[in-house]
Amino acid sequence: MKERNDRSVSFGAYLPEADDGTIICRCEEITKGEIRRAVHDGMFTLTEIRRYLRTGMGLCQGQTCGALVKRIVAKELGVSQAELEPATSRAPMRPIEMRILGNERREA
Amino acid sequence: MTRYDLIVVGAGPAGLSAAIEAAKRGLKVIVFDENAKPGGQLFKQIHKFFGSKEHKAKIRGFKIGEELLREASTYGVKVELNAIVIGLYLDKEVTVKQGEEIRHYKGDTVIVATGASENMITFEGWTLPGVIGAGAAQTMMNLHHIKPGKKILMLGTGNVGLVVSYQLLQAGCEVVALVDASSKVGGYGVHAAKVARCGVPFYLSHTIIRAEGEEGVTGVTIGEVDSRWNIIPGTEKTFEADTICLAVGLSPMSQLLKMAGCHMVDTPGGVVPESSEKGATSIPGIFVAGDVSGIEEASSAMIEGRIAGIAAAEYLGFIPREEMKDHLAQLEVALLSLREGMFAPENRGKIIEKTEEGIDISMNLLKMGYLEEEEVERFPGVLNTKGIHPVIECTQNIPCNPCQDACSRKCIKIGSKITALPSIDESKDCSGCGLCVASCSGQAIFLVNEEQEAGYATVTLPYEFLPLPSKGDKGIALDRSGKEVCKASVLEVKSSKAFDHTNLLTMRVPLSMAMKARFFVRQEVC
Amino acid sequence: MRIEEHPILGKLEERAIVEFSYDGQTITGYEGEPISVALEAAGVRIHRYTKKYHKPRGVFCAIGRCTDCVMVVDGKPNVRTCITPLQEGMSVQTQYGVSAKA
Repeated sequence: MKERNDRSVSFGAYLPEADDGTIICRCEEITKGEIRRAVHDGMFTLTEIRRYLRTGMGLCQGQTCGALVKRIVAKELGVSQAELEPATSRAPMRPIEMRILGNERREA
Repeated sequence: MTRYDLIVVGAGPAGLSAAIEAAKRGLKVIVFDENAKPGGQLFKQIHKFFGSKEHKAKIRGFKIGEELLREASTYGVKVELNAIVIGLYLDKEVTVKQGEEIRHYKGDTVIVATGASENMITFEGWTLPGVIGAGAAQTMMNLHHIKPGKKILMLGTGNVGLVVSYQLLQAGCEVVALVDASSKVGGYGVHAAKVARCGVPFYLSHTIIRAEGEEGVTGVTIGEVDSRWNIIPGTEKTFEADTICLAVGLSPMSQLLKMAGCHMVDTPGGVVPESSEKGATSIPGIFVAGDVSGIEEASSAMIEGRIAGIAAAEYLGFIPREEMKDHLAQLEVALLSLREGMFAPENRGKIIEKTEEGIDISMNLLKMGYLEEEEVERFPGVLNTKGIHPVIECTQNIPCNPCQDACSRKCIKIGSKITALPSIDESKDCSGCGLCVASCSGQAIFLVNEEQEAGYATVTLPYEFLPLPSKGDKGIALDRSGKEVCKASVLEVKSSKAFDHTNLLTMRVPLSMAMKARFFVRQEVC
Repeated sequence: MRIEEHPILGKLEERAIVEFSYDGQTITGYEGEPISVALEAAGVRIHRYTKKYHKPRGVFCAIGRCTDCVMVVDGKPNVRTCITPLQEGMSVQTQYGVSAKA
């Protein structure tokens, strides 16, 4: 593993692996193979993967798969996990119905 | 928008402790928790805690939880439940989902004590019904009184995997195996030993290949891994099981802090905020305490909470700096003592071969979960004295000393360093009261008497299962590995309030089994 | 299976028994316990089938985090059964994708 995400060096082509069919994102049913392939399609950050595949966009909001996706992407890029651009963190922190999110309490 | 001196996010051990200390000093405090009940994970912890008196050692976790709630209500701490904090902003504004609406709160200080979430691991079939987190198992059996399954395989031998395996046995489930890809047991040896002597096999350097079943778990196939974590062909083994429990570590739930803009660091133990020894983050007025700032035990989380609560009080001018310093100095001593020993944070990932006393660590304990008889005798808690005497099979330097306080005759000595191995003072006479046996959170103390009756010995062991055997019961004694070694009969079963549900079972075994027999299984005689 | 008596926690406290409907069948559970606990006691482990691959799912985290245990409760889909208290007369249905079976 490299310490730096050195973009001048190629990280190789997508090669199928035996466990590519394993579900990683349980909510959106995204497999390891899809995530690995997305990296080779040019998605290098967790946010990009999320928008491209919808990993972590389901009901649980990435509670379970967040760390798993990070590990797969880092390995595919050949860098340490700490080197990856961290996933964004924004409200709402938990899944919430739109009618509630839009229902701000008015106070006198 | 409502204003508070302090907003605490999370009503677990750290958050409640923080709120108590701040409320004591006059701050207007509110605590939000997303769950229906306060206490965090404490109410799922039914084992006795480690540490010393000041850390509430030998008290069961849920009892500590009850105490904390009482203390919180004494000081008027307001805890809002089913209150989900959905956002934390730079200026310490907090948005909370309560009922069907979103409310805004402003805290002049905020303490984030959101705890941790479970890590997961993937394998073929890991999404099948019957594959659950270890936390789920604890929630089901200890809060809702339901068995998570009948035959369960546990993945992970850290303290969570070991403690939950033992709790599964207490709930009446069968644990078919404890599996870990690591080559060594990760948690306390004493936790491993109490599971191993019940007959649960340990498979270190093994991992799950797949969960069997179409509509739910019907079995699990494991295999041995080589040094590069690849499965060694031909080592596959299949167990019949309806449940697979995953205990592969915890990660800090630190997303709120990142959202607020705190400086974060990506460590091997997860993403955590940069914080001072007072719990202060890079944003003035935002503090952290407990697992969110790095995974440790509930005992340390409670101290960190108290520190952060006092620091918040000082930050807002409720107490002078000098007063804070005095309080923190004491709390830090207590915190540091919990961070000593073989399992100290700085020792994570290190291979330790000798105890602080220079004794070789038992390799069997690390590989199989139990001590071999010939290894036991090199430890200072094991002495072959005359008459009834304690045999303390405590072989790793962990922060814990209730056995020393339990013995009124001062037979057991640990000294001022709480990680030291307990030793026996031969000059003092053991009365056979058994308080040490019941006080040992690791259930590693036995009373042995090799002179009660010619040809026989008695062994007194801690027993926390149902049905409770009674005097006169006949059965089989198991050794440390859970192997049947001889016939045994129950001479006495002592229960007392002082033992706190740890019953003392005394069995009679052949003399040669005095240092072998460590568990009892009742057998109906036909 | 319920734990009738626990070596540390003691006997199950007395609670009101309520009837509810699971996929049209009437079963019982204790009032106020999570729906998922009543289902586990009745031997029900499959809570839903996924949308894309139609695979069975059940309880995974038991604390409302993972959302794998969601079912259609009183006609409303995506209800986390592990943290939703059971009440008399509830209708609980296996969720297929995002709805009950038509």
